[in-house]
Amino acid sequence: MTVLGLVESDGNGLADSSLRVLAFGHALARSSGTGLAAVLFGPAAAVPAGELAGHGVPDAYAIDSPLLAGYAPVAWARALSGLVTDVSATAVVAAGHDRGNELMAHLAAITGLPMAANCVSAAAQPGGGCRLVRQRWAGSLLEDATLDAEVALLTVAVDAVAATAPETPATTSVHVVEPQPEAADLRVCAAESATRGAGISLATARVVVGGGRGVGGPEGFAPLEELAGLLGAAVGVSRVVTSQGWRPHTQQVGQTGTRITPELYLACGISGAIQHMAGCMGAKHIVAINTDPGAPIISRAEYAVIGDLNEVIPALVAEIKKRHDQP
Amino acid sequence: MDILVCVKRVPMVGGRIAVTPDGQDVDTRMSGFTVSPHEECAVEEAVQITERLGGTVTVLTLGPAEAMQQLRDMLALGAGRALLLETDGREWGPIATAAAIADAARRRAEGPEGPYGLLLFGNEAADTGDYQVGVRVAHTLGLPCVTGIKNLEITSGGARARREYRGSEEVFDIPLPAVISVKEGINLPRYPSLPGRLRAKRAAIDTLRPEWHSEGLRKDRLRVPAQEQHQAQVLGSGAEAAPALVRLLEELGILS
Repeated sequence: MTVLGLVESDGNGLADSSLRVLAFGHALARSSGTGLAAVLFGPAAAVPAGELAGHGVPDAYAIDSPLLAGYAPVAWARALSGLVTDVSATAVVAAGHDRGNELMAHLAAITGLPMAANCVSAAAQPGGGCRLVRQRWAGSLLEDATLDAEVALLTVAVDAVAATAPETPATTSVHVVEPQPEAADLRVCAAESATRGAGISLATARVVVGGGRGVGGPEGFAPLEELAGLLGAAVGVSRVVTSQGWRPHTQQVGQTGTRITPELYLACGISGAIQHMAGCMGAKHIVAINTDPGAPIISRAEYAVIGDLNEVIPALVAEIKKRHDQP
Repeated sequence: MDILVCVKRVPMVGGRIAVTPDGQDVDTRMSGFTVSPHEECAVEEAVQITERLGGTVTVLTLGPAEAMQQLRDMLALGAGRALLLETDGREWGPIATAAAIADAARRRAEGPEGPYGLLLFGNEAADTGDYQVGVRVAHTLGLPCVTGIKNLEITSGGARARREYRGSEEVFDIPLPAVISVKEGINLPRYPSLPGRLRAKRAAIDTLRPEWHSEGLRKDRLRVPAQEQHQAQVLGSGAEAAPALVRLLEELGILS
């Protein structure tokens, strides 16, 4: 009887999304009177046992096989399903990012169990099953749902669940699991190509300067680029900008683009459709520049300037430069 | 290559989203319907592949009779055939949806035309975001599967599919037939041409009526999350607001 939380290291210990998985998993385990155990892919030596102990996780399972060193979704999911049986898991929880959702979907297909993606909270019900809240429309709507399943397969909406440290540190025992993957399950296996990435990454930028329809065309981005340069910011755009072909899709902020979490999002000429807001609701502060005081973004932003970005941005750039020039 | 593309009819939502009084659906009285964005890109990708390599594109949706409109929209983009898995309008869960799609693919495989060479899906539907229908179809049909694909090449031996992962790129070489789910950004879908629209209007649409099944995950109700409804603090108008903006950037620690 245990809740399994699938976690990963990102080079600096547990990934931020994994800390959220643990917080979610602790709450679910508590509601069902069971315990939480962590699962990782890789050798036991790579398990951040000290960190897991600090998050109150008494057991960690390292799924280790030379054949699973590369990401092979079906073989990884098959290994997870074996562990679910071995430890009589009542739930498996993974991060609701692309890989977490993919892996859990394979686990769901292999086991024939239902799966609830992007959950915000879940609690066991006295009679069995669990009640949960999950995101729809990338978080613009919430769904209250009931899950009846022998094992609850859940992914966590990582932008909506806080990573809290639990009260009681434990010591973590690491158990090694050595599955024997079948060749058929290794048919699909990822090769990772060299890290790209010149410039500031949109997903992790501290400041994002966003441009929407109000920019007017591909040429209109020069002042936004200049402002971004002065602020050390990344440039993001709304969906209309990428579907017009004004900017590449890699710069899109929103439900079908990148979710951003900057200190400041400066949204210029963006009306604020829900699909866009789903991508920037993780920003700490939003400043909107828009000609229309009735635009939806004005009621979601903290600060606003009413006006044409083609006048406001050059004036702002000039003001910042003037400031730099002062002794 | 003969390609099946699965799309979903979803409400067209703009500045706000509302729920019907019974909490069961998105209120669509003021909006129309469209196809999830990732799936529109899947149709474009399929059309581009068949333009290069020959073959047919069949677009499939599971939904009420009204979803024929979305199939016609996709025919106008260049798909050649359409298949409606007609429902009574109830929401279908991902398990039942995948079973119905796999069944339709199997019927085709058992017929004179043989199996599809490629099954394309969107990575996740815009509304329910279940992230699993394509994967379940792949397992039911015993096909390899990759999701979240942003670049696809058909090679002599199969397909090379690429996607982003933590700022780098993952590359998958997979044999065909396969199930591949794609993301917006893989291409820029074309606008429908006038001849395309006219052809779509007249096209025959095949229909199957699969049986609905309940599943373990049940929706109780939908709701709009509580959020502070406030009006932004207006710093000023036009170019004159620049000094106030700079002061704000200083206060927030963006400019030091």
